[in-house]
Amino acid sequence: MAQRITVDPITRIEGHLRVDCEVDGGKVTKAWASGQMWRGIELILQGKDPRDAWVFTQRICGVCTTSHAITSVRTVENALKLEIPLNAQYIRNMIQGAHAVHDHIVHFYHLSALDFVDIVSALKADPAATAKLAQSLSDWPNNSVADFATAQKRLAAFVNSGQLGIFGSGYWGHPAMKLPPEANLMAATHYLQALDYQRRINKVVAILGSKTPHIQNVAVGGVTNPINFDSQSTLTLEKLMYIKTLIGEVGDFITKVYIPDVCAVGALYADWTAIGRGVVNYLTTPDMPIDTKGTKFALPGGYIENADFATFKPITSFSDPYFEQGVKESTKHSWYETGSGPLHPYKGETKPQYTDWQDDGKYSWIKTPTFYDKRAQVGPLANVLAMYAAGHARTKFWVGEVLNTVSAIAGAKVGADALHSTIGRHAARAVRCVVLHEELSNQWNLLMENIGKGDTTTFNKPVFPKEEIRGYGVHEAPRGMLSHWAVIKNGKIENYQAVVPTTWNAGPRDEKGNLSAYEAALMDSPVADAEQPLEVIRTMHSFDPCLACAVHLTDTESKSTYQVKVA
Amino acid sequence: MNSPILVLGLGNILMQDEGIGVRVVEALEQGWTFPDHVSLVDGGTCGMDMLDIIASHRHMVVVDAVKTGAPPTTLVRLEGDAVPAFFKGKLSPHQVGLSDLLATLRLQGEGPESTVVIGCVPAGMRITLDLTPEVAAKVPDLVRMVLDELRALGVEPAPR
Repeated sequence: MAQRITVDPITRIEGHLRVDCEVDGGKVTKAWASGQMWRGIELILQGKDPRDAWVFTQRICGVCTTSHAITSVRTVENALKLEIPLNAQYIRNMIQGAHAVHDHIVHFYHLSALDFVDIVSALKADPAATAKLAQSLSDWPNNSVADFATAQKRLAAFVNSGQLGIFGSGYWGHPAMKLPPEANLMAATHYLQALDYQRRINKVVAILGSKTPHIQNVAVGGVTNPINFDSQSTLTLEKLMYIKTLIGEVGDFITKVYIPDVCAVGALYADWTAIGRGVVNYLTTPDMPIDTKGTKFALPGGYIENADFATFKPITSFSDPYFEQGVKESTKHSWYETGSGPLHPYKGETKPQYTDWQDDGKYSWIKTPTFYDKRAQVGPLANVLAMYAAGHARTKFWVGEVLNTVSAIAGAKVGADALHSTIGRHAARAVRCVVLHEELSNQWNLLMENIGKGDTTTFNKPVFPKEEIRGYGVHEAPRGMLSHWAVIKNGKIENYQAVVPTTWNAGPRDEKGNLSAYEAALMDSPVADAEQPLEVIRTMHSFDPCLACAVHLTDTESKSTYQVKVA
Repeated sequence: MNSPILVLGLGNILMQDEGIGVRVVEALEQGWTFPDHVSLVDGGTCGMDMLDIIASHRHMVVVDAVKTGAPPTTLVRLEGDAVPAFFKGKLSPHQVGLSDLLATLRLQGEGPESTVVIGCVPAGMRITLDLTPEVAAKVPDLVRMVLDELRALGVEPAPR
């Protein structure tokens, strides 16, 4: 007999996500993902000066403030057909690269590793055996017996204090936890080390962004960082050299710790390469523009259909009609008025119509975006697959490295098809992290070279016409492709829509009843214990859900505790 | 040397009274000057991004919207055992994950020595940038409460 499981909310994510599953014979047979908060940024922006929109959009979310800031200014620049000085492109590229590297490290270690790593089991590990295991995977200098013994003592003190805090929602001792104690201790120790490295790379965002946690340096037309090596209040040579040092320090952590850890978890949980496949149409945007017009990019992007590289179609610019015309949003299963059917974001409406939960009707505050009427998955996996299909050399290199390492640890050949899975999304995020980190260094070099040529321009002044103009901005954010869409008239915003990554992945069923990436990825997933649906959590976390920007808060009280209901 | 003190305004300014913490920090910045060891930070709804900021201060005064079940506009001061409950989300309406942040800092041995929360029960949480008039009228009181906390920590703020 089918059992109904409700997990509400999914923890260790930003925002409020509810997941319902029907489980029959130990497998998920039906799935619903629902955003439980409503977002109204669109309404706030109507009538505002488009030059200020980014100040408000960066408040949508507490995690991706920089992503929404950069995407918003790109939107207005696109509407104005405004060129952006090279220095401004490089500085923005470095901000977004550093932010994403920080975000990916935090996601793997602090938000999702505990789905696979058992902290309580780590306390039983032998530090010497742990060091032997870790040294077989990497020559990272902080993999000594003393490192693991010290970390184990700190973890034990923390766990024994009874204040589990960050570790409080783990499923310790769950039958799906399979790592030996030594692998658990290795990963838990790196969890502690990762705290330090994510802070270092985030300093790059703080220095370039002038203020933290909300950056202050972007503007429609460029950035507001004056470049003058002789003045202390500007972007000086000293600051740029410090940024280079920070970038360098984090590189070894990614290649010698993050990548080997993901490979080890992937190999030791090899069955998870066949779980969580979901929607295998992948959509991603090119990013890190390296010209003033947004037509040349350091990192390619595009669309892949049905997991087939041969179908790859590149998106070639920040104003490619292939992308601009392909996006629509449906509200058939969302708590908004349905009107005349799916709408292009320029015409998008946000009129709430709450109905309570309906399995076959409306059940989410998230809208349902489609690309040429098809569901698509976005995120690091989509990004890595598209860059691979486009022939991006460093992506191909790192995908090869990761698959070879996983195969070696598992003792069996693991091919690229394994990437279309729950564990594959973690592997792809690690590949994207190292590729972005390498590109961060490239962007630093490009900026220095350009300044060396005597170019210190960082801003082109925008001028708004009286007539109606429209534009969109895209960005490959840590959770996937983010787009903002604006209609501007008389220098004021008429309409503004944000189609965020989690909307693509977590939206409810579409017009034809097709499942979202979240829902499809849960289908057929094993569930060993309906009271402790760790498997559901694993697949959800692999997408790195961030609901704060997909929807916003309506329910303010009594939802602070995590519940699993089994009916 | 003086121990560094952080005044951290939290909340989402897009949601009316939810943004009260940020608005109080703005009012403090506009009306007062502080010695160098006091930092005023608009934290918005950020989480991990603030690890470094919190780790580099010894004392923390958090200003936030607080739901205690008391009537709207009630002013609240929390310290001691009440603070962890606040950060677990039972009292704070947004999902900032500060409880995780503080737990992480404790694990690293970098948590603040003292934390006080100054708050106000919201009267409205609609999608709009302006505070409700009732809560806006409480901003001067909240500013005074923060100044009192700073004075108790040996700081003498000067009016601009």
